[in-house]
Amino acid sequence: MDVMKKVPVREQDPKVRATNFEEVCLGYNKEEAMAEASRCLKCKNAKCMGGCPVSINIPGFIKEVEAGNFEEAAKVIAESSALPAVCGRVCPQESQCEGVCIRGIKGEPISIGKLERFVADWSRENGFVPAAPEKTNGKKVAVIGSGPAGLTCAGDLAKMGYEVTIFEALHEPGGVLIYGIPEFRLPKSTVVKTEVENVKKLGVKIETDVIIGKSVTIDELLEEEGFEAIFIGSGAGLPKFMGIPGENANGVFSANEYLTRNNLMKAFRDDYDTPIVAGKKVAVVGGGNVAMDAARTALRLGAEVHVVYRRSEAELPARVEEVHHAKEEGIIFNLLTNPVEILTDENGWVNGMVVRKMELGEPDASGRRRPVEIEGSDYTIEVDTVIMSLGTSPNPLISSTTKGLDINKRKCIVAETENGKTTKEGVFAGGDAVTGAATVILAMEAGRAGARGIHEYLSQK
Amino acid sequence: MFRILKAEQLAEKIFLMDVEAPRVAKACEPGEFVIVRMDEKGERIPLTICDFDREKGTVTIVFQIVGASTQKMAGLQAGDAFEDFVGPLGQPSEFVKEDIEEVKKRKYLFVAGGVGTAPVYPQVKWMKEHGIDVDVIVGSKTKDLLLLEDKMREQAGNLYITTDDGSYERKGMVTEVIKDLVVNQGKKYDVCVAIGPMIMMKFVCLLTKDLGLPTIVSMNPIMVDGTGMCGACRLSVGGEVKFACVDGPEFDGHLVNFDEAMKRQQIYKTEEGRAMLKALEGDTHHGGCGNCE
Repeated sequence: MDVMKKVPVREQDPKVRATNFEEVCLGYNKEEAMAEASRCLKCKNAKCMGGCPVSINIPGFIKEVEAGNFEEAAKVIAESSALPAVCGRVCPQESQCEGVCIRGIKGEPISIGKLERFVADWSRENGFVPAAPEKTNGKKVAVIGSGPAGLTCAGDLAKMGYEVTIFEALHEPGGVLIYGIPEFRLPKSTVVKTEVENVKKLGVKIETDVIIGKSVTIDELLEEEGFEAIFIGSGAGLPKFMGIPGENANGVFSANEYLTRNNLMKAFRDDYDTPIVAGKKVAVVGGGNVAMDAARTALRLGAEVHVVYRRSEAELPARVEEVHHAKEEGIIFNLLTNPVEILTDENGWVNGMVVRKMELGEPDASGRRRPVEIEGSDYTIEVDTVIMSLGTSPNPLISSTTKGLDINKRKCIVAETENGKTTKEGVFAGGDAVTGAATVILAMEAGRAGARGIHEYLSQK
Repeated sequence: MFRILKAEQLAEKIFLMDVEAPRVAKACEPGEFVIVRMDEKGERIPLTICDFDREKGTVTIVFQIVGASTQKMAGLQAGDAFEDFVGPLGQPSEFVKEDIEEVKKRKYLFVAGGVGTAPVYPQVKWMKEHGIDVDVIVGSKTKDLLLLEDKMREQAGNLYITTDDGSYERKGMVTEVIKDLVVNQGKKYDVCVAIGPMIMMKFVCLLTKDLGLPTIVSMNPIMVDGTGMCGACRLSVGGEVKFACVDGPEFDGHLVNFDEAMKRQQIYKTEEGRAMLKALEGDTHHGGCGNCE
């Protein structure tokens, strides 16, 4: 074994997996996990912990994995994270824990994400569940949204003894874990359901089909339903469109719609009622993780798929691993290319897209090189389906129906980072609803901060 | 689970249900809608609220069999339940939010087509409750398909019924009745509210534009979540993109791009046709619809 290199993780063959929705990465077995854990130097001043937004005791749990004490490892992780099976799979570890691992200076960093995932999967398969609190303190807290921020906040509060109810607008809890991230990256019936069940086992109630701002308002929850504090983790689910001609044509979808049909409504399965238009030749516009998810979904539904992105490969905001997987599966990347118009046939269906070539100019305020149009470079690509994956913003439904809750000019709720405090007393917020679209682990960190803020607030009250 | 307290067939392919949904019943207003899902494998279907009882905690829906899911839904009985029933969704009708004195100054004309009679009903009822007499036109293909006649008669000032085939009351389209009232009888209206199939709303709008009569329509595009997160229901209104589920479903009919909206309604036509055949004929339908392999 070469200690400079990660123990490789088994994956489905690209040709096979391109035709199914089974998980791509098969994860470590016991022996592989223990071997990988033995590469860890168990640093005293562990840099990796600083790279983890929820500061999991990484050397602590890895030590237990190396010794084969998987239940102990699970307990160490549970001190800091409520969703390890999710985070081990979808965190961008290369820019977090693994990005600062000492082993990574000369060789490859420890495969922390895969080890966390192994421990979580082992726990699920062996029936290990986190311990529920012995008694509650009788104080009611409402959590709006059951995505990563809400689940984490609710789990933390329940552990502190609060009576927590989560309100979820959709028919199934999980937020983006259920409707957004596809089955082949994050299995729903095993991984996501189990993590949600674990939060319920802590005593958290989940009421689905309740839209805060419509079915009931924040003010009513506080004034009429006896909740003493509220955490808003409603995410950023409002899709953006480009505003180019032809965008309302049949065959143009937001990535949110395409992924919701497929992931939440299971349109890819014959025994479910929701339909989806697979397309024969699909263009996915955008370069983030959501674009990769949409592209790989369309591919699995049988299409030839092009990712159309206005910058170059170096600027793709998607995780390197996801871009790599997409390429392996046969996704074609049309880089430095930007759509200007969508063309339709006489029935209103997409039959082409006019695109313009781009070049990179000077870096902008964010440090990324700005794409500049090359005049006279327009050409038409033949496509029958276009999926717009240009990002999302927070839904104004809650902020517009809650008195005294301030938002900024991007419609994000204004809240303090360290405790989630908003401008309204007793109301806390975190995750994408505050930051705009970000990552699962950052939402979890914000959920944790919100729980801390609510505990401080209700302890003083 | 959301229990069905009453299930009743109103006409061929048209059904009414009272569903126990206390949160929706407490919060809903005329013009809003709900999304229902029958069971775990079901799709999410938007339905306009037809009536509600805040004390009993019930909401009334009316739907027509148009595809596989509504075909299955028609089989539900009192005592059965919907897996999901979420709402209220969308914006209430504008008059609900306006100063009542302003609303009272206007003369309203409601125009209902087919199953669109159901969403018109709570609006007319609201008007009556606020002491406002309104004129109502109800159009139906034939007498047998006419809905809620008695209930509507209780709430409307004047009720004009027309059937396409002349099997009951007047013969002809709703547009002919509008023309008759405004042009021949010289009635003056300030607002027309038209709800029905898109093609009917389009033709009502073409006429009322000529007549200079401002017209509100309730759009019924394809929806998935109904909360603004996907844009499946997007429409062009006055050249701007709107999401019917959060910005509507009611819009200024003279600004709606109906041709685009009608094309968008057809996106899943083939899939829906197949699903419908499967629901009706089980596994024997293969080869029948011409689209199957």
